[in-house]
Amino acid sequence: MPEPMLRIHNLNGWYGPSHVLQDISLEVHQGEIVCLIGRNGAGKTTTLKTIMGLLDRRSGSVTFKGEEILASPAHVRFARGLAYVPEERRIVQGLSVRENLRLGLVASKAKHEETRRVEEIARIFPRLAERLEQDAVTMSGGEQQMLAIARAMIARPDLVMLDEPSEGIMPVLVDEMFELFRRMKSQGTTILLVEQNVELALAIADRAYVLDQGMVVHEASAQALLADDEIKERYCSV
Amino acid sequence: MSGLSFDLIALQLFTGLALGAIYVLFAIGLSLIFGMLTVVNFAHGAFYMVGAYAGLFLVSMGGNFWICLVGVPLLVGTFGMIVERFLVRPLYGRGIDYPLLLTFGLSYIMIELIRIAFGTSGYPFDTPELLQGAVDIGVGYFPLYRLFVIGATAVVLIGLWLFLERTSFGLVIRAGARDPQIVRVLGVDVSRVWLIVFGIGTAIAGFAGLLAAPLQGVIPEMGATILAEAFVVTVVGGMGSIGGAVLAGLLVGVVVSMSSLFAPEMAKVSIFALMAIVLLIRPQGFFGRAGLMS
Repeated sequence: MPEPMLRIHNLNGWYGPSHVLQDISLEVHQGEIVCLIGRNGAGKTTTLKTIMGLLDRRSGSVTFKGEEILASPAHVRFARGLAYVPEERRIVQGLSVRENLRLGLVASKAKHEETRRVEEIARIFPRLAERLEQDAVTMSGGEQQMLAIARAMIARPDLVMLDEPSEGIMPVLVDEMFELFRRMKSQGTTILLVEQNVELALAIADRAYVLDQGMVVHEASAQALLADDEIKERYCSV
Repeated sequence: MSGLSFDLIALQLFTGLALGAIYVLFAIGLSLIFGMLTVVNFAHGAFYMVGAYAGLFLVSMGGNFWICLVGVPLLVGTFGMIVERFLVRPLYGRGIDYPLLLTFGLSYIMIELIRIAFGTSGYPFDTPELLQGAVDIGVGYFPLYRLFVIGATAVVLIGLWLFLERTSFGLVIRAGARDPQIVRVLGVDVSRVWLIVFGIGTAIAGFAGLLAAPLQGVIPEMGATILAEAFVVTVVGGMGSIGGAVLAGLLVGVVVSMSSLFAPEMAKVSIFALMAIVLLIRPQGFFGRAGLMS
């Protein structure tokens, strides 16, 4: 098997005195969709944040495309091809949809082809195409989520981490979004997905890790996990 | 009120705009730095003063006023970046009072160093030859240099606006002022942006100090007075708002010059009265967001 694109080994993290990540180890290979599932507070979001470099107190190892990045600041990780869509979406107030998209390119080598990239991403996200000049925060939650994903994708990262993309979004849009993830995968993007909607997530994922109390408690192919009612019951029921 | 003709009032209005232009320049730097870094820069007056002295120094080295217009912002902005990098940066994330106290102390050190280097008494600063004299502006003769101050301020404002609205670095500044973390996640080295913003803010303060020098001379304490007035401007305009700083700066300038015409004994307190009124009616200022400091 080739070297994984993202390899996390014995990752530990702390929020103040609480030890929120305990020896997390996981791998994501080129072209895969890998899903992190588990209850609220299991450490899924913290794992993504730590991979992106947003948690101050951490130890262990995070290698991305063969390079150790645990000590690198977030902007350097982005430059290496790692993108992150936080749970709160973080659409910037007072900026138009187009400006939010441009923000995804300011640090990228593709900055000079800004206009072309915005057009290209607008074709993939037709809902945004109609609203390019609109103030981004006036859009619906689902559209803002689409924008957050588009903004993270516009620089064409190798791996994108998505935190709860379906949260608080109309079912119609959720289906549209998951269809989009399938297409992103078919075009070569690797995805690490945190999702409460387990059935939906496992339907598009290749593999999944189950987290509980800051630890990886189970690892399986998505298909096997879909059929494993006991695990789902024990770790994922709300 | 006899003897106060329309022309006199109109001329005084222009005098107020020239004075206000200096406030505007001073306050936009203050606002830019606060809006982006949440640093209340109490040394802003000292940077303004250093701008005037840097002008004196460049002239004594054989430079002229036009060289100063470029050289002074460069020198003061570079100095500002050094201050941000080595003194302010270690204090980020510790609350708003740490950089406030640091810059407060720094301003005293800067003033004292200038006293040691240039002496405690002031210097006159010659108006450049080309800008001496007065021009007829329709309502009477107005000093050419003051007209130049208004024009130079307009140029800086337009330049700053184009920079913020039209360049991708400006986009990063606008976004980073609202949400530094998302900008970081999108690959921007935010600490570099803060460094440059502090440099731009202090460079504009230095530029304002240079513009003020021919109007009021150069003394080590010149920054202290304008700092107090500029805080009135920022409070009236709204903390962190550049548009607010422009409007309130001009308004404060006009209020000062009008009150010194009609009621000279009130000139000093008039702007504080204005501030009190604005605070009572609109506590967040013209364009400020409520609760920014909480």
